[in-house]
Amino acid sequence: MTITQERTGIVPNFDDDAETERTIAIICSKGNLDMAYPGLIIANAALGEGVQIHLFFTFWGFDMITKSRMHDLQFSPVGNTAMHPVGDAHIPQALTPLPGMTAMATRMLKKQIADLGVPEVPDFLDQIVAAGGHLWACRMSADLNHLTEADLRDDVEGIISAAQFVELTNGAQLLFI
Amino acid sequence: MPVTTLDGHTVHVDDEGFLTEYDEWDEDLAKVLAANIGIDLTDEHWKVIHFLRADYKDKGETATTRRVQVAGGVPVKEQFALFPKKPGKKMAYVAGLPKPHGCV
Repeated sequence: MTITQERTGIVPNFDDDAETERTIAIICSKGNLDMAYPGLIIANAALGEGVQIHLFFTFWGFDMITKSRMHDLQFSPVGNTAMHPVGDAHIPQALTPLPGMTAMATRMLKKQIADLGVPEVPDFLDQIVAAGGHLWACRMSADLNHLTEADLRDDVEGIISAAQFVELTNGAQLLFI
Repeated sequence: MPVTTLDGHTVHVDDEGFLTEYDEWDEDLAKVLAANIGIDLTDEHWKVIHFLRADYKDKGETATTRRVQVAGGVPVKEQFALFPKKPGKKMAYVAGLPKPHGCV
């Protein structure tokens, strides 16, 4: 697109005339609630900057796109020494495996995320797709879990092999989470 | 802070060209700003712009694309169609507001 109209004043550079498109490939390999978010936040931000996004869901990250599981991602305090429920205090690690702790931590994190106006994972993926992001599922993870396309979000564009994903994202910057 | 003249309006802008004074904006200026980045304003654009202006006045910060969808009622997909490629920044620019700072 060429803008022929004469520009007036100081005009921000929105890179509309950039010749090459930047692409970021994000591999989502974690299915914990907390680790689902980093990739989604970066993807959403990058789409808003005009960057092409391909998300590849593999191993535990498969839960993010599996219909029966995507609404129920959990956050566990077990082994997480960076949890500070009050001020800088830690939760003693010996208490973290007690029954109910994961449910409580999940509830707390979901509330904190909602308070920031950040959507839940399925809703966030809706937004990413609406913004032009592409979702791909890992072939080996599907086979391991005995899942087919029918079990996944309808907007997953395909179950593809690692090699296909590498080919698809030729030249992209890559982020592994 | 640079001062620039846009089609006869003298306005304060930041180094990139985003307006810095809320009250220096008006609808005529929005048309100039939009034309600067190759956009012809339609009723759908105005709906977004009016929401952004009102929301900024209320909240003191520029709404993100997420907020324009949830609170402003304009789906993200439509925002990308109206303000291609970088909707968050372009909407803010035309509405005479700072770039959105929220992550989501």
